[in-house]
Amino acid sequence: MERFGASFLIAGVITFLLGFFLQGVMPIITLRNVPVRTVAEITANVPDEFYQLAEDYPAEFEQAFGTPDRESFARALVQGRDLYIAEACWHCHSQFVRPVSNEDLRFGPVSQPIEYQNELMLPHLFGTRRVGPDLIRESGKKSNDWHVAHLYDPRSVVPYSVMPGYPWMFDENRRPTDRALAVVAYLQWLGSWVKDGVITEPGAPAGVPDATAALPAAGGGEG
Amino acid sequence: MIATVDRRALVNLDLIRGHLTASAAYLALSLLGGLAYAFQFNNMYPFAGVEWLSPGRVRMVHTNMAAYGFIANAFIAGMLFAIPRLTRRPILSDKLGWVIFAAWQLCMVLTIVGQLAGYAQAIEWGETPVFVDPLIMVGLVLLVVNLAAPIVTTAEHGLYVTLWYFLAAFAWTGLVYFMGNYLPQFWVPGTAGAAITGLFIHDLVGLFVTPIGWGLMYFFVPLLLRKPIWSHALSLIGFWGIAFFYPMQGVHHFLLSPIPMYAQYGAVVATIAIEVVVLTVLVNFFGTLHGRSEAVRGNLAIRWFYTGMIMYGITCLQCAFQVTLTFQKIIHFSDWVVGHAHMVMFGVFGFWIFGFFVELWPRAVGRAWVHPRLLTVHYWMTLIGLALMIIDLTAAGLVQGFGWAGLAHWGQSVMDSMPFWWVRSLSGLIIIAGQLFFFYALWATTRRPQEGLVPAPVPAEAA
Repeated sequence: MERFGASFLIAGVITFLLGFFLQGVMPIITLRNVPVRTVAEITANVPDEFYQLAEDYPAEFEQAFGTPDRESFARALVQGRDLYIAEACWHCHSQFVRPVSNEDLRFGPVSQPIEYQNELMLPHLFGTRRVGPDLIRESGKKSNDWHVAHLYDPRSVVPYSVMPGYPWMFDENRRPTDRALAVVAYLQWLGSWVKDGVITEPGAPAGVPDATAALPAAGGGEG
Repeated sequence: MIATVDRRALVNLDLIRGHLTASAAYLALSLLGGLAYAFQFNNMYPFAGVEWLSPGRVRMVHTNMAAYGFIANAFIAGMLFAIPRLTRRPILSDKLGWVIFAAWQLCMVLTIVGQLAGYAQAIEWGETPVFVDPLIMVGLVLLVVNLAAPIVTTAEHGLYVTLWYFLAAFAWTGLVYFMGNYLPQFWVPGTAGAAITGLFIHDLVGLFVTPIGWGLMYFFVPLLLRKPIWSHALSLIGFWGIAFFYPMQGVHHFLLSPIPMYAQYGAVVATIAIEVVVLTVLVNFFGTLHGRSEAVRGNLAIRWFYTGMIMYGITCLQCAFQVTLTFQKIIHFSDWVVGHAHMVMFGVFGFWIFGFFVELWPRAVGRAWVHPRLLTVHYWMTLIGLALMIIDLTAAGLVQGFGWAGLAHWGQSVMDSMPFWWVRSLSGLIIIAGQLFFFYALWATTRRPQEGLVPAPVPAEAA
């Protein structure tokens, strides 16, 4: 090989590392003071919808998750997140609200980094396409029943929907199995940390208002 | 420069045939997956209610087979042809070549089965299941060893520009794959993880597909036009510009997200900067074509190459605008981006690959094309179908984006999209109909009685 031939290999490594530093490492540095919450931490508050789920589908819930508590909520969340990934829901539903195009009016408060610093966002599920609406403010917008019916046959509740149904999350009597319940629990969790239009940290005790005050000044994204 | 060398000993044509065959098979699979997925938007999905063929899962097969099945296999075939001829050295080991071939196809099959069974990874363009990733990493390293060996040991003085791109891509591909598939999956959550995922989405196209694609262009275009590249200086600028600017744009896939704004601004500036670099590359190639432009009519491979380059120019010009935050307000999350992605992956790299097929398939099977006219039909149907798809999805994106920004009811934006989604399915049908001619021509050529070593075949439209 010619004398400088190796320079192209080295150039490849160096330019990659430069780009990786600017676009990958620097955001990590910016967010280094925001602790990454474990699943156990973010399930400190079980949302009302999860207790409601146990009342709506008592037999199915009992069989799938036992009693509604922090431990069963954590299991349901992780399973729901995994199903959300397996069915590639994130290809048609995003999980962040932008500060433009009236998105805060349509969906809710603009997303902040602190909402995503937890194990359930590993990997993050931002998404890049919205065939259906954004879901990061979904908690509490619809009832559990609505979600269950929608999962089985979306057009039964949203006539114009192009979303596919997921009948394999239901048993032969069209009752929800653990899979459907887990997905509903996950969807009802998304945004449950937004209280009265104020973003708190996922898992923060109710009544603690603005956790974003703890953010480093540069972390919020002024755009 | 190669006339004195025994080509068959230098280039392993069997291996090239294997990779080209695999590439065509995954193309068929990817197209069928894409078409089925498009039908979901017309509420006529053919496999409704079948868990393993759920539209969401099929979509991942569509994109992953396009990138890792169709494009990667064809690029490996191209490199297996170009590298030995540029270095006058065969690849390190033919046996290793077949091991890599088998391992790569195993990865593809595992990916398909894994995704359909519900074990996909939530990394865009990296939905290959987590358990397949290590195998792909090993395959990539072996591939680099096998293909870099002739470049490192060559006695030729002065590496040609093609080999610069390949060497840089060898360094990039493994790094990019590791970064994208592991960091956001295991170590970096949330917003910072999204920045890395954006980098992966971008680098997969920019640091794997683009450098190998352009490297092969720098090889095939002068070869087929029988003249040197127009300007060596411009190819220098193009290479170093791409190497410098391409890796620092990842966050532009998540603009106006919670990712720190300085990273977003940096990505925007670097994306606009690369447009200048891309222009130098295009000027160089059209300078090369100058004086030989009749080749676009008479030589189908050249026609595919230059059509792809025009698409590349449009794509990159589009990038420079759509990356601005002003455009992002409207077009992000919409079908505009889907149209853009099809223009890049299929309109540019897919078209170049069809050019490789036109040139390499007769050599690989030792027979001239049976029906050159079918290939011309393939060209026009693919081009018309894809152009229709791009225009349709771009328009749909504007309709959706303005509807959302104007706070129209969500259902309104869906119903407004319906006619566009019908046209999208139609355009997919046109593309697939065109590929039927292509697949038939591929197959029929292999059935043709052998006529000895084929001289460089140049299917002419006027045949």
